[in-house]
Amino acid sequence: MNIMKKSLKHRLAILSDAAKYDASCASSGTVKRDSSRSGGLGSTEGAGICHAYAPDGRCISLLKILLTNFCIFDCAYCINRSSSNVERARFTVEEVVWLTLEFYRRNYIEGLFLSSGIIRSSDNTMEQMVRVARELRTTHGFRGYIHLKTIPDASPHLIEEAGLYADRLSINIELPTDSGIARFAPDKRPGEIRKSMADLRLKIEAANEPTLQTKRRKRFVPAGQSTQMIVGADGASDATILRASSRLYGGYQLRRVYYSAFSPIPDASKNLPLIRPPLEREHRLYQADWLYRFYGFDIEEITSARPDGMLDLDMDPKLAWALAHRERFPVDINRSAREILLRIPGLGTKTVKAILSGRRHRRLRLEDLQRLGVSLKKVKAFIVADGWSPHRLIDSADLNHMFQRKPEQLALL
Amino acid sequence: MRSVILEGRGDFIEWRDAARRLLSHGIEPNDVMWSDAAGASDMLGLSIPDASEAANGSHAVTATERFIDLAETVICHSSPARFGLLYRILSRMQSDKSLLNVASDEDVAAVLKLEKSVRRDSHKMKAFVRFKEVVHQEARARRQFVAWFEPDHFIVERVAPFFQRRFTDMDWIIATPRGSMMWDGQNLVTSREPAEKSTASDTTDDLWRTYYASIFNPARLKLKAMRAEMPKKYWKNLPEAVLIPELVGNAERSVMEMRQRQPTMPPLFHDRLQEATTLRISGDHETPVPGSLEDLGSEARRCTRCPLHCNATQTVFGEGPADARVMFVGEQPGDQEDLAGRPFVGPAGKVFDNALAEVGIDRRNVYVTNAVKHFKYVPRGKRRIHQKPNAGEIEACKWWLRQEIDLVKPQLVVALGATALASLTGRQGRLTDVRGVLMPLDGTRSLLATVHPSYLLRLPDLERQHLEIKRFHADLRLVAEAQGA
Repeated sequence: MNIMKKSLKHRLAILSDAAKYDASCASSGTVKRDSSRSGGLGSTEGAGICHAYAPDGRCISLLKILLTNFCIFDCAYCINRSSSNVERARFTVEEVVWLTLEFYRRNYIEGLFLSSGIIRSSDNTMEQMVRVARELRTTHGFRGYIHLKTIPDASPHLIEEAGLYADRLSINIELPTDSGIARFAPDKRPGEIRKSMADLRLKIEAANEPTLQTKRRKRFVPAGQSTQMIVGADGASDATILRASSRLYGGYQLRRVYYSAFSPIPDASKNLPLIRPPLEREHRLYQADWLYRFYGFDIEEITSARPDGMLDLDMDPKLAWALAHRERFPVDINRSAREILLRIPGLGTKTVKAILSGRRHRRLRLEDLQRLGVSLKKVKAFIVADGWSPHRLIDSADLNHMFQRKPEQLALL
Repeated sequence: MRSVILEGRGDFIEWRDAARRLLSHGIEPNDVMWSDAAGASDMLGLSIPDASEAANGSHAVTATERFIDLAETVICHSSPARFGLLYRILSRMQSDKSLLNVASDEDVAAVLKLEKSVRRDSHKMKAFVRFKEVVHQEARARRQFVAWFEPDHFIVERVAPFFQRRFTDMDWIIATPRGSMMWDGQNLVTSREPAEKSTASDTTDDLWRTYYASIFNPARLKLKAMRAEMPKKYWKNLPEAVLIPELVGNAERSVMEMRQRQPTMPPLFHDRLQEATTLRISGDHETPVPGSLEDLGSEARRCTRCPLHCNATQTVFGEGPADARVMFVGEQPGDQEDLAGRPFVGPAGKVFDNALAEVGIDRRNVYVTNAVKHFKYVPRGKRRIHQKPNAGEIEACKWWLRQEIDLVKPQLVVALGATALASLTGRQGRLTDVRGVLMPLDGTRSLLATVHPSYLLRLPDLERQHLEIKRFHADLRLVAEAQGA
């Protein structure tokens, strides 16, 4: 084969194109460390940094590439599946290390997100990915962010070593139901994926136990694990997707579940639906995910508004919930508890915190909310404030209408 | 009216000294006109501060830690209004210490907005500075880089330590119209003097542009989202931004082409792989002896007899010697058991282990399993709440328990809790009616029923718990005796 004759630039194009369908690009949530005393290169300071944005609105924080896009699996939704005629390439370990360091030195990136098609065996693939991370950390003193995608049935010792170098590890669950995986990713075994996540959770918890000898905890995957689900490739409803997420959060303490609206890929499999899910659906799923994790909502509360288990594309899920539960409103912002305030459409966690802190010192009016950056148009109907009561606004039949979005120009396709 | 002219290039100390002096003399915020050196030339005709007021006055001036932190940030803002706003807030805080807690106060809201904008500017500087390597003819110990950036505010001194912590092993200069910073491995030097834009170029920028173009997904154009986070004003100093118009312009066409392309035949290696995979799967596994306990366990791992398998991590099969004389049957695996794939390893497992040790039973000599082999739960935030298995699930899983009993052939089966009892006897009787009494099971063996260890964990009353643990131990002593017999 003449694979190795392709230039580095050409292969970079192929192997980043192959990696772009993975939505995760986070570089946050890890430990603080830097190179000022240790020498070397790089730092992580808690908050992630997005170094660029592509015209698809996605942030570019990490060098997100595949080690190779050769793959022995044949997952229908994936650009790299074995039955696709996409151009193939591979990097050497040294090349990935070089690219990461040189990109980092120019401040293009926060670090590396390395994934790979599965070549030969799972262990062989995982071993090469671990080598990249080891080289970066030990040979080059690299203190930037490293995210490795793990291969479900790789040997435990490889996962353990990966966890010593990586800030985050992830395995993609891909589809919300076992039957969906069986249909579209016949080589993947959902049980194995869950077991890998369970193993990783136990390893992370074990590393966090202070040992008898020292109070210092072992550094092991400090930014935790995450996963991705593809939305719209199978027929799963939003409720099914969100229930799957809640099981992943509860069972394996995932930091994030990423939702990726299925996107047309070059040389697509004919088994896939021809209709592309609206990008808005992905956005609504993220909003619902947030309501579940930070606003005290139950998945069933969020998804029960419609019989088909789909979220309303035209309004955010909190507003949809509030309109379906008008008996709970209006809420007095000067008296109600935090949990109740969090359910008011248009108020985020930060605003609620500011309200709780501010109302200890003075009674809050609509103007106060406005100065906190709240859209009065959105909250007015749902709240009572000093000098303001919505009267019958909450009962008016055309309240839904008030929140309808103006029709927008259709997106591509 | 007093006029104070500050240099105003992000120096907190000059403002603090002036503010302290004014406030110590009790000067009202409305009586001070603040301006910076750049704006001062427009204000001819206003009075210069009185030299006799150089010393502090008699009023004590205090400031909270939060205020100092806020002021240090806000002073970097380029708005001429920042000095007066901070002074007004400091003045109000002399009688109202908690003012900053009221984020919706007009002054506080205004100052927080300035703070946010300085933080954002600093964050964007950390994100959008682009270093270009300076290549020298002769070899040097350290590599050298330069960057040009145009911040909105006076943030050079604020952000410099970040770059030092990050780019320790290289020399660099970041030049801006509002000052510059320099690191040579020993000293971090900053200056407030405006710098000139460098004309350096770097060939690696070309690789970066390749990456930028390839990671972009033309099927999901979201220009507004991009511009919100990477406003156009930054584009001129970002090497990748020159590609944006072209990427956007071609997006529609490239997606159309992608869709119109006919599905292709799989490449040759796909077929070879499919064959190889089929071979690998059939020949890969060591198949356990048919009809053995191991064989049963691996069969159970693929169990789909009831829907519980979809949500659980794995089948938690029984474990212990294949010829154990005693078999313990619990209800179902819990959170920890589900993760580890082994029965009785969570909190209830600890209670169970302690009890066994107390009565002198070695867990390695007994067989431990559950009536239901998959964890049933409902997710609640970050936790999973255990749910009792229903009759259908117990019935479906009985298939496995029966075969475990048939293979292990224990003399005594211990039912831990009502679910196990129901599964073993088929009766929904009350546990208390039969607890602690040896009963016949299937004619050939005995059955003993006692509580499930998790019951002991749920008792809120310590005294009661103590008593119940004693009773549990007493039941297990019967087991120890039977085992020894």
